[in-house]
Amino acid sequence: MTTALLHADAIGKSFGQTLALHDATVQIAAGDIVAVMGPSGSGKSTLLHCLAGIFAVDTGAVWFEGRRLDQLSDSARTKLRRSAFGFVFQFGQLVPELTAIDNIALPLLLGGVRNRDAYARAGSWFPRLGLDGLEHRRTGELSGGQAQRIAIGRALVTSPKVLFADEPTGALDSLTGENVMDLLVDTVRAEGSAVVLVTHDARVASHADRVVTVHDGRICDPRTAEVGA
Amino acid sequence: MNIPSTLLGLLEAEPSHGYELKREYDNLFADNGRPLSFGQLYGTLSRLERDGQIAVHDLESGGGPDRKRYAITATGVTQLEEWLTKPERPEPLLQAVLFVKVVIALLSDRPAAEYLEAQRAVHLARMRELTAMRKSGPLSRSLLADYGLFHLDADLRWMELTAARLDQLRKEIER
Repeated sequence: MTTALLHADAIGKSFGQTLALHDATVQIAAGDIVAVMGPSGSGKSTLLHCLAGIFAVDTGAVWFEGRRLDQLSDSARTKLRRSAFGFVFQFGQLVPELTAIDNIALPLLLGGVRNRDAYARAGSWFPRLGLDGLEHRRTGELSGGQAQRIAIGRALVTSPKVLFADEPTGALDSLTGENVMDLLVDTVRAEGSAVVLVTHDARVASHADRVVTVHDGRICDPRTAEVGA
Repeated sequence: MNIPSTLLGLLEAEPSHGYELKREYDNLFADNGRPLSFGQLYGTLSRLERDGQIAVHDLESGGGPDRKRYAITATGVTQLEEWLTKPERPEPLLQAVLFVKVVIALLSDRPAAEYLEAQRAVHLARMRELTAMRKSGPLSRSLLADYGLFHLDADLRWMELTAARLDQLRKEIER
């Protein structure tokens, strides 16, 4: 058992002969914003996928609200992901043929919320996202920054306990990326969601409460460093 | 650039004359700053000797004046150790001192990767502070914070690259 909201306890994950994660332990409390950093191929995205129950772990355990996430059935895990987790990726997660408001309403509709309620809730996100008036624009016609704002709205519309974000500003220029990160952090703080933020970018990571580093599939805990006078 | 600590680092491997120290210093670090002047060299050596961090190891007599060969003392090793292990305050344009620390650590078989990792943690913590300042302040303060953030980010990228190439660098500078 654990008191953390989300807890990976000594998890391991291999793909064929490649050991992607080894003995990785990390705890995330409610409302915590944790950045996961590391070079390409270090295992940081694998860690995110294991924490979110997308990948099954080979060894160790993943706890969510005191329950073994890794021991749930596939359908129970899918249901949990839909209700308790939100996801923002670098690109490609929006349905381009649908309008902005359709995309935000989608997870609510999939979760069984009535059409009218789903669209009312989705619509209420547009002022918060700074996207007033773009409700009926197709997402394929939006700029990269606008599309990421929609993705953030879609990830948070179900009030998830944990938001998983994998390089959420990776495809944006630095000013747009900063604005998107400001929006993401301000919104999750208001919603009280925890965030697992995978990034190789220290500027993005500096929005987090703390940083966990993955190196060759292992989690490095930097020793406490004293700043020179 | 911390010349006294750098000289201690060079002296730790073996006792040396002033002239040899200058040659070695310039060879390793002049590109990273500027060559050491004889005034700086002998001034620093006499202060280190006065403070008990180095001592005269022997005197070499030749045709000219006697040449002193200096050796590091236990106090000097402690001082060197403290300088190497203590991360620097994250400020723009740190690369000169970080580079020297890495080279000195490798020359003395100390854990350069650990020093870089500790420095990285301090840099990340400072970036968090600057990001908070950027978000809370007026634009003038935000832009100042951005300036710091971009420089610290550049330092971090350099540290990551260097950490990945320590073995190569060790081979290159081996004496």
